[in-house]
Amino acid sequence: MLLFILKGLLRDRSRSFFPIIIVSAGVLVTVFLSAFMSGYMDSMVRQNARFDTGHLKIVTNAYAEKLSQKPFDLGFIDIGDDFEQWKTDFPGIRWTPRIYFGALLDVPDELGNTMTQGDVFGMAIDIKDETAVRDIHLKEALIRGRLPRKADEILLSEDVFAKLDLKLNSTVTLLGSSIYGSMSLHNFTVSGTVRFGVEAIDRGGIVADIYDIRAFLDMPNGASEYFGFLPTGVYDDVQVQTIKKQFNAKYNTADEFAPVMLALTDQNNLGYLLQYMSLTLGMVSFVFIIIISIVLWNAGLMNSIRRYGEFGLRLAMGERKHHLYNWLIVESLSIGIVGSIIGAGLGVIVISYFHVKGFNFGAFTKDTSMMIENVVYTDLNAKHILLGMIPGLLSTIFGAMLAGIGIFHRKTSELFKELET
Amino acid sequence: MNETLVQINNISKIYPTGEGGFLALNKLSLDITDGEFMGIVGPSGSGKTTLLNIIGTLDEQTSGEVLVLGKHVNKLSSKESASLRANKIGFIFQTYNLLPVYTVYENVELPLLLLQMKKEERRKAVMQALEWVGLTDKMHSRPNQLSGGQGQRVSIARAMVKTPRLVIADEPTANLDTENSINILDTMLKINQDIGTTFIFSTHDPKVIQYLKRVVTLIDGEKVKDDYQTGI
Ligand SMILES: Nc1ncnc2c1ncn2[C@@H]1O[C@H](COP(=O)(O)OP(=O)(O)O)[C@@H](O)[C@H]1O
Ligand SMILES: [Mg+2]
Repeated sequence: MLLFILKGLLRDRSRSFFPIIIVSAGVLVTVFLSAFMSGYMDSMVRQNARFDTGHLKIVTNAYAEKLSQKPFDLGFIDIGDDFEQWKTDFPGIRWTPRIYFGALLDVPDELGNTMTQGDVFGMAIDIKDETAVRDIHLKEALIRGRLPRKADEILLSEDVFAKLDLKLNSTVTLLGSSIYGSMSLHNFTVSGTVRFGVEAIDRGGIVADIYDIRAFLDMPNGASEYFGFLPTGVYDDVQVQTIKKQFNAKYNTADEFAPVMLALTDQNNLGYLLQYMSLTLGMVSFVFIIIISIVLWNAGLMNSIRRYGEFGLRLAMGERKHHLYNWLIVESLSIGIVGSIIGAGLGVIVISYFHVKGFNFGAFTKDTSMMIENVVYTDLNAKHILLGMIPGLLSTIFGAMLAGIGIFHRKTSELFKELET
Repeated sequence: MNETLVQINNISKIYPTGEGGFLALNKLSLDITDGEFMGIVGPSGSGKTTLLNIIGTLDEQTSGEVLVLGKHVNKLSSKESASLRANKIGFIFQTYNLLPVYTVYENVELPLLLLQMKKEERRKAVMQALEWVGLTDKMHSRPNQLSGGQGQRVSIARAMVKTPRLVIADEPTANLDTENSINILDTMLKINQDIGTTFIFSTHDPKVIQYLKRVVTLIDGEKVKDDYQTGI
């Protein structure tokens, strides 16, 4: 009987070909969307983690309260012993200190008088630490010159460099206020320029070695933020939340300058964004289930009306209604399976392609402050394939069940009359 | 004397309609004996199809009793009536109702698939049925490659393939020309004579009527005549 049913299905293109196309298209789109959004979220998480949030970070209570302003003057002045303690408490986590600060960049002429000035936003990292350099892809971001090697060398963003009409190895002066509020001045040599593709930093950024900046800001062994990265290098919210709970239970007190740990999802609205995105994905696939079901139902319904003759005939031959109905579902399920497999196959091809090639969002990210990499790669993972097949299978069964109701709602003799006329 | 195959005692059929219902069969009684070649005759709307559907257990009477092969049809469970149809009753329709996506062979095979018969047995039965109607050479054709007369012969083969006790044929010649009508009537009569299958027709076609050995005439749901004919 199965063979007989499938034979009929294959020979009737309107019952097989068209629905299979609909199902594969739906599955393909869902697989792609799922993989793309996942790739997008990963990219966003990575980019934020590198530049802004870490997988987790330790700041002072006071700093945490004004986190978005990055008030380095509320940071840790000297953290030596505490830091050693944290390291032993949470082995495996890679720690790296950062200082974010604002200052005035002053370019003197030959006589030492101010020629031009500009506001800059500085990011100080441990440049002697290879991994810290890799965190922000500093080498890849380098446009001219080289990374700072000697004391008092800095990198300027290419935009600032061009705007101030500077040359490599020019001397520039940073003007700012120390952590105690007093005026501070420091001369630097421009060793190179960078562009990250992150607008916030590219517009007016400088990158310096944290040892020089500690001197400049008068915080000898301090940092405004301590970034921590999980050993795997991949963000895992469950793991991070556990560590955060342990850390805060042990170290966080009411003191203004007591350390507090923040997870990536506590910052930049990322927790909300990530939730929102998975919710969106869930909704998209739900909408797909509904749309495909309705389309298939209509296809199924038209077919059923066209097939009432066949159903009437089969009932007259002594087939029972539930038997007929079950076969209708078997038919749909076959369509659903074939369509889903085709859609998933195409999906694998498409997401593999974009997993390698990626989508270049450079043109779009240029003018936003969104922390997103210029090229987003689709996530290549079996879960997207499975997720995509759910609407494919559910919608066909759902569609057949809706169409099949028509059989049960008619009396045998009525189904039968449809074939007389 | 042969046994009574169908026994109809004083049945009425009322179709529910807006006001009160429509009386399609009115206190009708009729016995049909095993091996008959008989017809229900009457103008359009006289209740022929209604009566055949009740005999074929596709519909139920409103009152009175109907026994088919000794069973009260309105007391059968849906499973029992399905089984009765699957095993003992064949249907032939005015529009042949062949399934277009299947070959002639497959169309004839379908009732046996529902009976879960083994492949070899099915093959034997299908070939036998196709031989009865003279279409062995068309078994790989699709219905749309057949003429009207050939199509109706396939549907006779489909009704006969399970060798039922009873074949119900509702206006089987209505879509056929004279030559084809006579051809299929000859075929059915031969089957009736060779293996004794009972045929119940509904018709208002004189060509069919002259073949019938017994003619029951209906008008407005009432049996007005019940004649045995000799001839042909
Ligand atoms: N489902 C139904 N509901 C209401 N009236 C019906 C229904 N089926 C048939 N009838 C009516 O019953 C009468 C007999 O119909 P039918 O048995 O099909 O006649 P025949 O086959 O002799 O042409 C007709 O008047 C028809 O309109
Ligand atoms: Mg009729």
